[in-house]
Amino acid sequence: MIPLQLVTIALVGLGGLAVVTSRDPLRQTIVAGLYGLVLVVLFVVLQAPDVALSELVASTVAFPFIVLAALAKLRDRRRE
Amino acid sequence: MTLLPYLLAAWLFLVGLYGVVTSRHLVHLVICLSVMQSATYVLLLAIGYRSGKKAPIFTAGVPVKVGAVDPVVQALTLTDVVVSVTGVALLLALVVEIWKRAGTVDPDRLRRKEL
Amino acid sequence: MSRNVRLGLFAAAGAMLAALLVWGFTGLPAFGDFQGEYGWILNDVAGHERHVTNVVASVVFDYRGFDTLGEEFILFAAAIGVALLLREARDDRERPRDEVRSDAVRAVGLMLVGPTVVVGLYLVAHGYLTPGGGFQGGVAVAAGVVLLYAAGRYRAYSAASPHGLVELAEGAGAGAYAAVGVAALFAGGLFLENVVELGTRGTLASGGTIPILNAAAGLEVTAAVVLLLHEFLEEVMYPA
Repeated sequence: MIPLQLVTIALVGLGGLAVVTSRDPLRQTIVAGLYGLVLVVLFVVLQAPDVALSELVASTVAFPFIVLAALAKLRDRRRE
Repeated sequence: MTLLPYLLAAWLFLVGLYGVVTSRHLVHLVICLSVMQSATYVLLLAIGYRSGKKAPIFTAGVPVKVGAVDPVVQALTLTDVVVSVTGVALLLALVVEIWKRAGTVDPDRLRRKEL
Repeated sequence: MSRNVRLGLFAAAGAMLAALLVWGFTGLPAFGDFQGEYGWILNDVAGHERHVTNVVASVVFDYRGFDTLGEEFILFAAAIGVALLLREARDDRERPRDEVRSDAVRAVGLMLVGPTVVVGLYLVAHGYLTPGGGFQGGVAVAAGVVLLYAAGRYRAYSAASPHGLVELAEGAGAGAYAAVGVAALFAGGLFLENVVELGTRGTLASGGTIPILNAAAGLEVTAAVVLLLHEFLEEVMYPA
């Protein structure tokens, strides 16, 4: 195992924990986006560029957009 | 040491499960579920990795003889990453629907009669 | 069930699951030492058997193309499910609100639309040569369309993603994938067998049915993601 893999494995482990322990969903969305980016780096160092691209487009664009839209909807109702 | 990437997968799965069990907000729960799912990606890619080998892409100038990491696990994972987003979307649509009917997204406060 | 009981249950079950996982993992090949024959063989033969340079794409759209058919239909079903759930109780009488007020956001958003779509199309088109493909590129193209919304032009965005057309594209993408499989039957092969001329390795005209299935997947993913994002956006735009 090369050091870079060791570092990213540690970062992904911490990232997963950070996502779960962020209790405010809005903040959690941002943390989840960062976690996705760390996963992208892990996939790259595991020599899986196809999967890294997949994770990149999914976790930085589609995933946060959908979650934020859902959260906006929930907030919208609360105001009325 | 050679077990470490697999342990990462177990860690992500359990941490995500902890989040699901203790969640007080359904959106939070869905995101924790996606952390659990990422454990499967890490596990599959970790199994398919071969020390010192490159990605299975043999563009001009890369001789086939050098070998590469396993392409099958990567093929399994890359489609699932995209499909999982639509799964999350479906779950969140259900959350929005629950919110409309029950007026809460705290799983502890949901009552059967409100749904 | 009270919170403490649930936590206790999780602690016990989680500990057992952790032990089971660790026990199972010790039986796996050591990290970096996987010797699965399937992968070795595919890496060796995909180049001259299918004339592609990206072996992963040949697995997705050819060797394990049948699995991908399943994935496509999951995608299709999930997108339809979201549409069914969210579309049901929407009040269409209210006018959509244009909420983006910042000029900087508008400018950057508009600037990024073109490049994002081009990058997405590039990823789809070169999927079987370099990393990328219909799945990754499809999401990127969809992101470009949605950036039109981020640029604060809800109407431009609506015009760029006409409902009927997106739905049609979604069905066509999933249908085309299956149709290519059935066409192989008529050509005398097996379902989803690669029966088309394989072309020159390393060029866009290579891989036989792989580019066709790749394009079908790209269409399907683009349409599904645009549809999903659209439904959620509409949900926000039209307060219930």
